[in-house]
Amino acid sequence: MKPIAQLIVTAATVAFSTSVIAAPAPASNEAPDVLVKRVSTDVIDTVKADKDIQAGNRNKIMDLVNSKILPYVDAQKMTQQAAGRFWRQATPEQQKQLSDEFRTLLVYTYSGALAQIKNETVEFKPFRASPTDTEVEVRSQVNVTRGEPITLNYRLSKTAQGWKIYDINVLGAWLVQTYTSTFTSEINKGGIDGLIKRLRERNQQLASKPLAAPQK
Amino acid sequence: MKDRNASGQFRARGLVVAIGASLLLGGCASTANPQDPFEKFNRAMFTFNDAVDRTALKPAATAYKNVTPTFVQTGVNNFFSNLSDLWSSANNFAQLKGGDGFNDLTRFAVNSTLGLGGVLDIASPAGLRKHNEDLGQTLGFWGVPPGPYLMLPLLGPSTVRDTVALPGDWYGDPWTHVNDIPWRNSGIVVRAVDQRASVLDASNLLEDAALDRYEFIRDGYLQRRASRVLDTDKAEERAEKVQKGLDKVQDKVQEKVQQVQEKLGVNKTGTPDGSNAADAPAAGTPDAGSAPNNPPVPAPVSSQPVQK
Repeated sequence: MKPIAQLIVTAATVAFSTSVIAAPAPASNEAPDVLVKRVSTDVIDTVKADKDIQAGNRNKIMDLVNSKILPYVDAQKMTQQAAGRFWRQATPEQQKQLSDEFRTLLVYTYSGALAQIKNETVEFKPFRASPTDTEVEVRSQVNVTRGEPITLNYRLSKTAQGWKIYDINVLGAWLVQTYTSTFTSEINKGGIDGLIKRLRERNQQLASKPLAAPQK
Repeated sequence: MKDRNASGQFRARGLVVAIGASLLLGGCASTANPQDPFEKFNRAMFTFNDAVDRTALKPAATAYKNVTPTFVQTGVNNFFSNLSDLWSSANNFAQLKGGDGFNDLTRFAVNSTLGLGGVLDIASPAGLRKHNEDLGQTLGFWGVPPGPYLMLPLLGPSTVRDTVALPGDWYGDPWTHVNDIPWRNSGIVVRAVDQRASVLDASNLLEDAALDRYEFIRDGYLQRRASRVLDTDKAEERAEKVQKGLDKVQDKVQEKVQQVQEKLGVNKTGTPDGSNAADAPAAGTPDAGSAPNNPPVPAPVSSQPVQK
């Protein structure tokens, strides 16, 4: 009973997220730093105001990620960069499956991170880019109650639907680069289909796992 | 950057070779990742550390987090964090970062006294941020390359350079100079449990995100470490400051140019039209014939560049 319900929920969220991605993002001429600032403030405020999310309510968090974050993420570019030279060897069908699975994995990871927001504040650093740039970096830091501030930087590229995030840097490490060697070694082991299979298995595993322990 | 590494390579090579040979005893395998030639050894250590973590450290940290009152946890964390500020300050000075060095020294002084021996962190709210520099970063600053990735038993991810620096960091850690051995050892345990507790959520996330945790931690760690040594963030801030300075200079130059132009504009009535021909060719030409009647005209002409 439970796995089936989970499967349905996952299928529904994936379907929903795909439809969100397909829909045109609003305010396509918004400047990249303004966009990141708006989205992150919006998300943090929502989490702080919602006790269910803080308690780890998976559906609510997934809704939040799907509606407020995914429209601004270029999952294909992200996957393409992580796959590197293997991307061109993949068929269009494989490319699609790969970026779908990778995006789902990131959604799960991100959902887990969102449930942990408590008293953190985000501070944006001065943004500098020329109007002709098509790739920019927006830099921020998360000030936490104890310890050093956490670096949180975003790379965005200009698309027909406005600026989209394709890489994030947490604590000095870029997400795409961190996944690159995982992708490489999985592809070396079992080909592109092997990597897709690994990602799919992990996603199913995560779907059936409670999201976060309730906060104290 | 390359040059610095090249010169450092020379100095560090002896140490790297010695440590590498003695520690690893040929536990190397041919692998894809050039930064991780000791992958076989490292993976074995990782498995060992993971077992220790699963059976002892993580349960202890979880219990500590759930049972101990939050203010106690914060106090413990602050206390050891305060001790580390002293060594961090020394390393900042060793990297010629005087501002950060004084900042950390002040943190230590303020928190040790007014903060009741470091239990309260009153420096942070006062705007004195923590920096966390260690000897490995200092070596990196002076050009010593990180060398291969190294997974240390119990201590976790490191590099050959940072492993070489570890005894220095131990020496620089005031807690290791506590003479009472039971106190010292229990302090080390408490600190380990407290640190593990503070990354519990993050480590749970990591388990979700990584297909191969070993690779994920390695690649994340090496990137983070490199960015810390190079101070990518601070370098960007510095670049920002330089850029602002340049902008200011540019503004001043423009101001000067405008002032000169204004002066020229005032003088222009007397001088031939050569210099301001570019500024106001349209307005200038009809006036050329009636030079003596000009006095009211220069004012609008000279204000034009300002509007630009």
